[in-house]
Amino acid sequence: MEEEVGVVKPKNGGGRLCSLCNQRRPALKRPKTLEQICKECFYTVFEEEIHRVIVDNQLFKPGERIAIGASGGKDSTVLAYVMSELNRRHNYGLDLFLLSVDEGITGYRDDSLETVKRNEIQYGLPLKVVSYKDLYGWTMDEIVKIIGLKNNCTFCGVFRRQALDRGAALLKVDKLVTGHNADDIAETVLLNILRGDIARLSRCTSITTGEEGPIPRCKPFKYTYEKEIVIYPCHLSNLDQLFTYAYFKRLDYFSTECIYSPNAYRGFAREFIKDLERLRPRAILDIIKSGEDFRISTSTKMPEQGTCERCGYISSQKWCKACVLLDGLNRGLPKLGIGRSRGPNGDRQREMKQSNGTRNIQSKQCGTLDF
Amino acid sequence: MQLTLEFGGGLELLCDSVKIHNVNVDPLQDGEDKFTMKSLLAWVRTNLIKERPEMFMKGDSVRPGVLVLVNDCDWELSGQLDTMLEEKDVVVFISTLHGG
Repeated sequence: MEEEVGVVKPKNGGGRLCSLCNQRRPALKRPKTLEQICKECFYTVFEEEIHRVIVDNQLFKPGERIAIGASGGKDSTVLAYVMSELNRRHNYGLDLFLLSVDEGITGYRDDSLETVKRNEIQYGLPLKVVSYKDLYGWTMDEIVKIIGLKNNCTFCGVFRRQALDRGAALLKVDKLVTGHNADDIAETVLLNILRGDIARLSRCTSITTGEEGPIPRCKPFKYTYEKEIVIYPCHLSNLDQLFTYAYFKRLDYFSTECIYSPNAYRGFAREFIKDLERLRPRAILDIIKSGEDFRISTSTKMPEQGTCERCGYISSQKWCKACVLLDGLNRGLPKLGIGRSRGPNGDRQREMKQSNGTRNIQSKQCGTLDF
Repeated sequence: MQLTLEFGGGLELLCDSVKIHNVNVDPLQDGEDKFTMKSLLAWVRTNLIKERPEMFMKGDSVRPGVLVLVNDCDWELSGQLDTMLEEKDVVVFISTLHGG
């Protein structure tokens, strides 16, 4: 075996070659297929599989304006890169934009927004940032001060969903794409089963959702493993080191855990999925498949989709969840709309007692923007 | 034995926010003239990880969801814990557990 000076030796036994090209040394084991493939082939299959998903599911039409939900994290950063790459390579004819939400979390979101701003320059995609403060009158920092570290993720999740829709409306885009990957979707299937949320269970595996609403959302990474998303930028920098290393800086992404998330229930499901993946990587795709195959009995009473009487956002109740949560915050009853209600009166009386002092905090209602 | 260790995806927060560590390990301490990934993980846990080791390890391996590359190659191809390390090898640990 030849030995090059100054080059570290690969450890993979020597003999085996990439199972796709049969020429080069493999660099990773694909969780999806267990194939051992080289960097070059990994690039090709990674990007072309996403292209197939986009084409087979007819995710986009030529001329559409598409917002990429960009958090500065690994998934959305890779999504922004791959979307602009495929748009160019396969002439999708799309106008792409980056859309970020500023939740107002000091030391977390302000830093990751810097990453998104660099992505704006690196990929040449226009960026729009919408903030909780502008939309709702509250930052997450202010909400956490009142609500504490329990349940704050409920606020953040509900607010983010609407914020993305409102930002997308401002950009006048036709669709919103998000970086949800196969691991995320498998995790969500499990969570919806654990929560007994039949309505969400039936739609969480759809590649496109909200087609009846103002702005449909889709997930081009629905079948893409997190492992490959994480490994993709590492390899990119090495392969094209001479040309793009300085430019892409290893696909600059931000990776600090949300400082308010240690209590998140999702973490348990996430860990369980990763344990399953180690035993049998296919388990992730199998869980997605099971989620897709759930058939909701026609006699099951599903919540009806209407619009919020207060802000006009889609809602199955009189008021949307964001308006209920905001109303609670603004009236100094921050626990309103969280968890199971034990009847409005009993709950309200107890909360009134503990909420003196926060009652004078005012903010606008959530519907400050029209679609 | 000189090794370069790189921590990413949030794991750097467990070792004083330093991403790249050039370290010198002593393969002879195991009584044998070889150093495996298994020995390296034990060494890292003792010498580099300053907090929450459970975010990095589970049992004697990395926690599921932590990706390991040895010289740019997925350690699943080189025998995971049994991977033999050599002078000047580069080992990268990336967590996939943080949000995207």
